[in-house]
Amino acid sequence: MTTYAWTWVAIVGSGAAMWAMKAVGHRVPEHALDNPRLVRIASLVTVSLLTALAVLQTLTTGRSIDVDARVPALAVAAVLLWRKAPFIVVVAAAAGVAAGLRALGWG
Amino acid sequence: MVGLGSRLTPARQQALSVSIATGAYALSFGALSVAAGLDLWQTSALSLLVFSGGSQFAFVGVIGAGGIPAVAAATSTFLGVRNGFYGVALAPVLRPWHGWRSWWGTQVTIDESTAVAIAQPEHDVDARRAGFWWTGVGVYILWNAITILGALLGQRVGDPTVWGLDAAAAAAFLGLVWPRLADRRALAVAAVASAIALALTPFAPAGVPIMVAAIVAVGAGWPSPRVGAPIAISTDVS
Repeated sequence: MTTYAWTWVAIVGSGAAMWAMKAVGHRVPEHALDNPRLVRIASLVTVSLLTALAVLQTLTTGRSIDVDARVPALAVAAVLLWRKAPFIVVVAAAAGVAAGLRALGWG
Repeated sequence: MVGLGSRLTPARQQALSVSIATGAYALSFGALSVAAGLDLWQTSALSLLVFSGGSQFAFVGVIGAGGIPAVAAATSTFLGVRNGFYGVALAPVLRPWHGWRSWWGTQVTIDESTAVAIAQPEHDVDARRAGFWWTGVGVYILWNAITILGALLGQRVGDPTVWGLDAAAAAAFLGLVWPRLADRRALAVAAVASAIALALTPFAPAGVPIMVAAIVAVGAGWPSPRVGAPIAISTDVS
């Protein structure tokens, strides 16, 4: 099978897995998921994965670690998030800072 | 003023504003997905089937970094685990439900619909239900429509780095995690997990460092927090 076909399998599989996880929450008796360990792990996994994705997306290209225009772009994004700017503004500003710095020949 | 606002209950007004705000960032998802190498149909299918922003951004992030589809699916699924807990929180509001309602309700059980539902007064079950359904269905419609717009826009962009789309993807992850960073323990675990993932990047296949970050989080969450820790004591008695 080609990578294109495997990507489709992964998309449909991810969709099915997501639906199943949502369905489990709605259908199990309340006490079954009322486990402090499960609740703790679910929260830690979410925060850790999103943070790691943000860090790697900022500092890596393939297998190399680079400091380029993405770093100041993320700094601007962090300031905007701290100032409670809307999500779309944060994302657009980060793109604008990185694109601008690259247009000026840096990173 | 007799306008839209006066005819909509607070729950529905919140649902609409959250739907529009959330739908808007499907524009960045659509564009980033195409930049990562997925086509319009795959991008649209992710929004229709997976329908969980963080997981979709993660899926295309792994593919864009050169990871294999299986790792993209695993990362997406790990990130979606929290959706399983939302059903439990919503059960007292939504049960009993049957037929097509339970199928659609399951699909639109996401961060936003849960947040708006449980933000309504506890005794007002009607408001909580309205918050869930209006937000869930509203986000679903706008998220999918705007994903297509974003993908069409992304197809015209060419080299994604010239437009700063790689930085936009990083900012999207930062924006998704931001509201959760108030939890100091989670922040500490996330910092360690990210440092390990970064250190592994030169040596491991693409996407694997992200999975290791998830495993670190599971390991950190497994033992019960020590009761001796000063922070734990102060929160226990308050």
